[in-house]
Amino acid sequence: MKCDFARQTAALLLASLCICLHALAADPARPVPAKNGSEFESADVRALQSDDFANPMALWVERGKAFWSRTFDGRSCAGCHGDAARSMKGVAARYPRYDASAGEVIDLSRRIDGCVVGGLGAQKLDAESDDLLGLEAYIALQSRGMPMNVSVDGPAHATWEKGRGLYFTRVGQLNLACTNCHDASWGKRLLAETISQGQPTGWPAYRLEWQRPGSLQRRLRACFNGVRAAMPPYGSPDLVALELYLAWRAQGLPMEAPGVRR
Amino acid sequence: MLLGRIQVPPSVKRGEVFEVRVIVQHPMETGFRRDYDGKLIPLHIVDRLACRYGAREVFRVELGSGIAANPYFVFPVVATDSGEMVVEWSDDRGEKGRVSAMVNVA
Repeated sequence: MKCDFARQTAALLLASLCICLHALAADPARPVPAKNGSEFESADVRALQSDDFANPMALWVERGKAFWSRTFDGRSCAGCHGDAARSMKGVAARYPRYDASAGEVIDLSRRIDGCVVGGLGAQKLDAESDDLLGLEAYIALQSRGMPMNVSVDGPAHATWEKGRGLYFTRVGQLNLACTNCHDASWGKRLLAETISQGQPTGWPAYRLEWQRPGSLQRRLRACFNGVRAAMPPYGSPDLVALELYLAWRAQGLPMEAPGVRR
Repeated sequence: MLLGRIQVPPSVKRGEVFEVRVIVQHPMETGFRRDYDGKLIPLHIVDRLACRYGAREVFRVELGSGIAANPYFVFPVVATDSGEMVVEWSDDRGEKGRVSAMVNVA
């Protein structure tokens, strides 16, 4: 009887050890369970995001939709890409990605800009401009509900490693790395806020604090500012690398862009 | 032309109360904020918005500087006859916006 008990205990210990090891092997770098940013928002903000009319991003989506068919010397987005609902389905879930003509990893906004300047022959769209955010939101909307699916192999790998390095590097006067909040403390309260997992699936999003939409890069810059570190400029390789790392970290999580955040 | 959106139910019964939803894209700058150089950012707000249902005005609002950006309005209207719901607004710099939707009364 006693021997039985000992054997049972040993088996139980072994089983729990296996579970622990398995959990470690699963992916220590990814929060479990993965949760979209909206799950850390209050009920009213979530309601605003899920209401396709009241979600203020819908105004920018409309803007992006109008830009999609606007012609520049007879050329337009729709002229090459056709119906965005079909051609852009799942595209946003694959960015940032390695771009052969650029020779480096680029994010969706830079890809859009490349098309606007190179394809349409139009003027470059400024970072955080209404037109660029509108196009980004319109394209991201076509991937809503689809799982994040970026590639970090081959030529993108070095950028991913750089992003991972930045993610775990302490910066700023507060001396914090991304991981200190978004892996170690997600779900806990930071004053009035619940710390999120830092998932990028809802961006570009309307942030109530900004009273307008912003890109993921703007959000990342705000985090740098929050820990009192120097903010990397828009489009800097550091921000793109972080974007790629975050996208990889959110792999499989359904996109919910365009989101609403506090 | 300022950008906005309007939503009414696809069809309503005569006498029924239904919701009209309107959202307007505007920065609604309060006139009290300062930029990074400490200079006052000038006031820039939508200051009036009105809604006509057929020939009749059913909703009018005068806005001050305390309203959030991209204001969102929801108001009830009694369905009388089929007709166009037209919302027009203007900001303090004279820029205008207009959206409309058809109300089908069964």
